[in-house]
This record gives sequence, C-alpha cells and structure tokens, in this order.
Amino acid sequence: MRAAIVHGAIDVAALLAEVASASHGATVLFIGTVRDVNDERAVTGIDYTAYVPMAEREMQRILREAAERFDTDAAVVEHRTGHLELGDASVAIAVAHARRAQAYAASRYILEALKQRVPIWKREAYADGTREWVAQQGAMTAHQD
Amino acid sequence: MTVTALLFASYADVLGREAVEMSLPAGATAADALAWLRALPGGDALPPAPLLAVNLEYARAGTVLHSGDELAVIPPVAGG
Repeated sequence: MRAAIVHGAIDVAALLAEVASASHGATVLFIGTVRDVNDERAVTGIDYTAYVPMAEREMQRILREAAERFDTDAAVVEHRTGHLELGDASVAIAVAHARRAQAYAASRYILEALKQRVPIWKREAYADGTREWVAQQGAMTAHQD
Repeated sequence: MTVTALLFASYADVLGREAVEMSLPAGATAADALAWLRALPGGDALPPAPLLAVNLEYARAGTVLHSGDELAVIPPVAGG
C-alpha cells in the first residue's frame, strides 16, 4: 500500500506495475481527469493544493481501511498538485485482488473517502478569466466522530 | 505557549498568509486558537466552526493544545 501527493504527471503504468501479482485475477485502475465544465461553467484548468503530510497520512489510513474491508493490500493512490490542464490526471488509484468484485469495491471506497476527507483543495480557472476555490459536494465540513 | 496555525486555499487568501505563530495561554483549546485567528484582519471571513486538525489529525474544537502544536484550519476539501 502506498499513498502519495505528487507534483508531476502521474505514471499510471507504474501504479499498475506496483500492484501486479500472479495471484490477482483483477486489477482496477481509476483515473480522475480535469474536465472542461463544472456546474455549467467552462473550465480551462485547475490548480490543486494540499496539506501534504496530512493528506498522505489520511490517504494511507484510507488504504488501510480498504485493505480491512475488501481484503487486499495491493492498492496504491497518487494525487497530483500544482497546475493541471484539461485532460490531465489529478488522481489515480490502482487496486488488485484475486476477484473483481473486491477490486472494484476497494477502488470506489478509496476514491469516495479521498474526496470526502483528504485535505486537498482545487481552484478552478474559467473561460471568462476568473478563478474560484471549489468545495466538494458531500465533503466533510465539520468533524465527525 | 506558541502554536503554529496553518491556513490553506480560500482561508489563506482571506488572511493573506499561510502560517501564523500564535501566542496562547496554557490550556488553550483549538476553539481558542480559532477565536484568536478570527480576530486577525480578514479573520472574520473564517467560518465559526471550520474543520480543524492538530498535528495532522482531525480534531474537535475542545482539543487542548500544547506548545509546539500545529493547528490547521481546513477549508471544505475538494480532492479527486
């Protein structure tokens, strides 16, 4: 299991290689990319920033949770920070498991938990030249015990 | 005691800085630190009950701080 905030392009082939094993019948690769529209506004790029040590610690915790729930520790997640252009990968998750159901479920769990509670922020740049910090729908906004 | 506050994204923008050293009385809580920050110029733009983290872990407002702690005020997250 490995979780990292990275500053350059995410090497998804390296992530796949990292979880590869002959005992796995299924490998799921999720790639989140910068989209050209959000909330009906034309987006031209996104700047991501993170509280890096806490983000990495929280992502590592999420991987441990996924390992317990779905019985696989063959999982790796990288999230990129800095300026990203349309189509650039902002996040990639590779999960492998003997069976596909667990691999799909673990991949989804990791992404949804990341979006909800890992301290990463994005500022979208719009076609009209403005920029705005964007909040995630459904993100944690007060501490939940 | 001295506690370092970290600010991010929109919160760093409204306060015009990403970190500030706070001098707080012994026994001060995360809520006390937040009140200190909200008294700074621009600080009233911080929400009254934002997410807080102490030493890299999400923390309650009542968490007691210690000298050298790192308190982060966390805007709504938007990873992915």
